Amino acid sequence: MLNIITGAVSLGLLWSVMALGVYLTFRVLDYADMTVDGSIVTGAAIAAKLLVSGVNPVLATMAAFFGGMAAGVVTGLLHTKLKIPAILSGILSQIGLYSINIKIMGKPNTTLLKVETIFSMFTQSKQAVLICGGITAVAFVVLLYMFLSTSMGSALRATGNNEKMANAMGINIDSMKILGLALGNGLVAFSGALIAQSQGYADMGMGQGSIVIGLASVIIGEVLYHRTSMLGKLSAVLIGAVTYRIIIALVIDMGMDPLDLKLFTAITVTVALSMPRIKNYLFAKLNTLKKHTNANRSIKVLEKEGKRV
Amino acid sequence: MTPALVVKNVEKTFNPGTITENHVLKGLNLVLEEGDYVTVIGGNGAGKSTMLNAIAGVFPVDEGEIHIGDKNVTNLPEHKRAVHLGRVFQDPMVGTAAAMTIAENLALALHRGEKRGLSKAISEKEKEFFRTQLKQLDLDLENRLDDTIGLLSGGQRQAITLLMATIKKPDLLLLDEHTAALDPKTAEKVLQLTDNIVKENNLTTIMITHNMRDAIKHGNRLIMMNDGHVVYDVKGEEKQKLTVEALLEKFTHSYRQTAFSDRMILG
Ligand SMILES: Nc1ncnc2c1ncn2[C@@H]1O[C@H](COP(=O)(O)OP(=O)(O)O)[C@@H](O)[C@H]1O
Ligand SMILES: [Mg+2]
Repeated sequence: MLNIITGAVSLGLLWSVMALGVYLTFRVLDYADMTVDGSIVTGAAIAAKLLVSGVNPVLATMAAFFGGMAAGVVTGLLHTKLKIPAILSGILSQIGLYSINIKIMGKPNTTLLKVETIFSMFTQSKQAVLICGGITAVAFVVLLYMFLSTSMGSALRATGNNEKMANAMGINIDSMKILGLALGNGLVAFSGALIAQSQGYADMGMGQGSIVIGLASVIIGEVLYHRTSMLGKLSAVLIGAVTYRIIIALVIDMGMDPLDLKLFTAITVTVALSMPRIKNYLFAKLNTLKKHTNANRSIKVLEKEGKRV
Repeated sequence: MTPALVVKNVEKTFNPGTITENHVLKGLNLVLEEGDYVTVIGGNGAGKSTMLNAIAGVFPVDEGEIHIGDKNVTNLPEHKRAVHLGRVFQDPMVGTAAAMTIAENLALALHRGEKRGLSKAISEKEKEFFRTQLKQLDLDLENRLDDTIGLLSGGQRQAITLLMATIKKPDLLLLDEHTAALDPKTAEKVLQLTDNIVKENNLTTIMITHNMRDAIKHGNRLIMMNDGHVVYDVKGEEKQKLTVEALLEKFTHSYRQTAFSDRMILG
């Protein structure tokens, strides 16, 4: 059991970097970016290709970040310059990346079992992924927090929050969207590089549905750890990503067919995203119910006082 | 002296070539002197907001020129004109970023039109400055710098938007019915605040209002728009002597004329 949990936490930490990227686009920039299903594989593919060519794992992982950034820039250009709707811009990049990712690796998958990875490089411990993943995830939370506290980060947040206002403040919202998408996909690709190194291979299928996993992490984090400060919000993403993996590990341990996982995740995210509506609906119901009971009560009082109603 | 604003023969048609084609600005001309505080009235759809949006660069104009001070801004995009302009919109939700704090919003405004680099968004010194500025609004906001703007009332948000529009002195202040969405008491307060800020900083200002009394009471100059251009323009003493009745008379007169010419076209 303990093994299952540490495994899940390790994996969650690696995926939290990806979830931070999704948070940046989805929450900060208010952009549902479908690029990530492709850019996470781009990260894995770049790192894999470089690792088997004998490049230093740190450099290979950094290169993955820049590859992801390039993908984000393309999506941003499609959306801002060619005025293609947000979702479609992401989907176009994602589809295009599918071919590019195979080209990068030269084949649909690459094994990394015999090469040095960013984990084996630093420690031979069995918990290498847990340790390195933890340090990396926390480092990215802090870095992202520092960035969002700068003037540029503030302009990025304003762009996602209120475009009209950002424009009136002289912020170039097109540039900000491209920047946000670049950084977001950079993080996603970095995460892809880490995941490939921890599982020992990179393959074309590993990105499928990752946008939904990222969203699930962001939303679970918001529900479990609701904070108003930026550092709190970013920490919540990390907590959400780890929690998501623990939940998945537990339901599989309880006997859920792994093939049902995607459906399970989709339903979880649907419920979480519709939470505000469900809440409103329930409150409205509750209020009418209250009104009715109040009305009934006043009628009873009047009746008691012997008045005809 | 160079005028503060020149709008010369501006034409704007929305959705040209479609069934919703709408020729809104028709030979619009307006020259503002430094320090002019102009109130703008006119019927619904006269093109008042479109005029302000054209000046702000929300969309390119089809013809004509716009100069702010000695700068020809006709071909500049909105974010590049922002350095010259302070703007307050009708909807209090539009002028501020709801998810960000009061201090963060003010910091964005303090650096309006500047390059946004990797220095800290708000320095301690700036925070202190914001506190003194907020105190002048007299809305008990000076100790709520780190509160999210979304928590504030419409009136408070509009007052902050006004402060944001002027915290870095703009060459031109554009107010589009900025009190229309507020309750009468709050509206009065925000208008008073507007007068104070405009006078204190000697700001060149255009204020659209649908309230003729306010249009007469505030500013040194009044223009009436109809059918996409200025149909009446008074200033100084003549403006001070205006009455609502006299304005209404002008208003109906110019309105009838358009209606008449429309009929001629149709006939
Ligand atoms: N962005 C736009 N696209 C299409 N039509 C517009 C746009 N902005 C304004 N209009 C139209 O221009 C006309 C004038 O609008 P506006 O300038 O807002 O009038 P007002 O004098 O009431 O402020 C209206 O018919 C309006 O529907
Ligand atoms: Mg208007």
